[in-house]
Amino acid sequence: MSTATVPTAHFDPEPMTKPSKEQLLELSMGPQHPSTHGVFRMKVVLDGERVVRLKPVFGYLHRNHEKIAESETYLGSMPYTDRLDYMCSITNNWAYALAVEKLAGIQVPERAEYLRVITGELTRLQNHACLIGFLMQDMGSSGTPLMYAFREREKILDLFESLTGSRMMCNYMRFGGCRVDMPAGWLDQARKIVADFPRFLDEYEQLLVSNEILMDRTQEVGVLSRELAVSAGISGPMARASGVDYDIRKVDRYSIYDRFTFRVPLGSHGDVYDRFMVRLLEMRESVGILQQAMRAVPAGPIVDPKMKIRGFRPRPGEAYGRIEAPKGELGFYLVSDGSPNPYRYRVRPPSLINLTVLEDLCLGRNVADIVAILGSIDIVLGEVDR
Amino acid sequence: MNLETIKSEIEANVPGCRLEIVANPSPSGQHSLRTGAEHAVAVAVYLRDAEDLRFDFCSNVTGIDWPSRELSEKVKVRKLVDGVEQEGEEVRKTTLSGTLEVVYHLFSIEKKHGPITLRMRTIDRDAGVHLPSLTPVWRSAELQEREIFDLFGVVFDGHPDLRRLLMWPGFTDHPMRRDYVDPDDYEYEPTAHDEVLRRAQQHRSEADGEHPGKAGER
Repeated sequence: MSTATVPTAHFDPEPMTKPSKEQLLELSMGPQHPSTHGVFRMKVVLDGERVVRLKPVFGYLHRNHEKIAESETYLGSMPYTDRLDYMCSITNNWAYALAVEKLAGIQVPERAEYLRVITGELTRLQNHACLIGFLMQDMGSSGTPLMYAFREREKILDLFESLTGSRMMCNYMRFGGCRVDMPAGWLDQARKIVADFPRFLDEYEQLLVSNEILMDRTQEVGVLSRELAVSAGISGPMARASGVDYDIRKVDRYSIYDRFTFRVPLGSHGDVYDRFMVRLLEMRESVGILQQAMRAVPAGPIVDPKMKIRGFRPRPGEAYGRIEAPKGELGFYLVSDGSPNPYRYRVRPPSLINLTVLEDLCLGRNVADIVAILGSIDIVLGEVDR
Repeated sequence: MNLETIKSEIEANVPGCRLEIVANPSPSGQHSLRTGAEHAVAVAVYLRDAEDLRFDFCSNVTGIDWPSRELSEKVKVRKLVDGVEQEGEEVRKTTLSGTLEVVYHLFSIEKKHGPITLRMRTIDRDAGVHLPSLTPVWRSAELQEREIFDLFGVVFDGHPDLRRLLMWPGFTDHPMRRDYVDPDDYEYEPTAHDEVLRRAQQHRSEADGEHPGKAGER
């Protein structure tokens, strides 16, 4: 048995400061660079315009979320999970609630499951729309695609605000359900917005999909092979763009996803263009899920009436719960020692783990391609650095 | 997907390897396999490559700190009291030595099953913090093992690029350990005052063995 089958593109232990060829140029990209989506830094070594080495530098936004959560009660960490991936607070809540429900064996009522699916898929819609907008913005298509996406995102954030009271920091889930029920007329408003969404997608596709400049800049750029994607733990749309047929909604069938019919779009090249296309197609599937879910919302309680909100102490043990967040597999690993605080609280951040292959994707490309490749990975620094 | 059969299968195929099943009493029912450090890489390669297992996706890697703690349990004993044998209770104390534990959550993308939890422990929390790196088996452990090295202080032998991930290079402590104490000041301050002075005084009094916490309460 050997370990030689693992695809390894770099692993060059040489320190970056080692004097090598004179014409190599070391460039520090970030942490203030606008295309790094926050405070992310890359040490890039260039031979002319070609990247010969790239080392990401993390930690500018580190606040030890996990340590803070361990000194807090289980429920006390729920609002803090909003701040991980601050574009998608509801799916963060969901992953955490799911892990705690596994740990303590809590059942979720039907209506709450529907509310979770509806808000979760709305989150996916706005995340993917914005990601594509940001990607285009980074590649120089200034303004239009991003503003189109923000126009749609605004409608969805308005929905979140009228449901949860907050646009981005929703703090919506509770262990065993959701925090508040839908206000009167909310579902109709949501139905209207979802019904209008495909029109935006048509418009977006017309604008972008066969755009010659976009195809030139993204096709065959940042190619991620299927083998490397699996080995490096790449998840979410990025893995699916490389042809990895793995969607946790289909595999784990968590919540009530087994009731809806939807397809899992897969790419075949694993380049930036495929990652962009997979997200575009995923939005259409999400619209389908939303329409099915909104037709069938049952009446009933939104939180398990037996659930003890205060003084919540799960029995000793541990659980790993995960969901298909818009960015990939978001997991929470909790160890309980029977006290009101988790003994160990771990976030599996898809943004960070998807960055494992950043260097492999960028080697041999131009500096300008780094921006497109990083944009297509879809990171949020609140989650990368935690 | 029975953990018992996986255990015996690995033990049959990896020479000299002994695994332990760690029961998980919580409703999640996610029991785990504990392996010794010397066979960890062989076990990992077997889990990844065996036809019926194919755990090709290492999803989550994390550490847990277990400082040394005292366990007291009540044991029923029979003893002679005034020549008559009686049943009594006795509190027996055992000290568990401290250890750092590393946990791997594995899934299979090919077979669509999982998770299986693989754990290993260091000898202690001071000098024996070495464990074999599983990054050569699964690339996804690369950044996560760096994070554990940074925040818990586990040294992964065989890791291609073991540096701090989140804290800065000159930092010396490991913040996720249970006994971690914040430094007086994160930046150099020529004359300590206010918050920094308060914390310095608190640390000094704790080092002198006084009751912790009181000196610094505002």
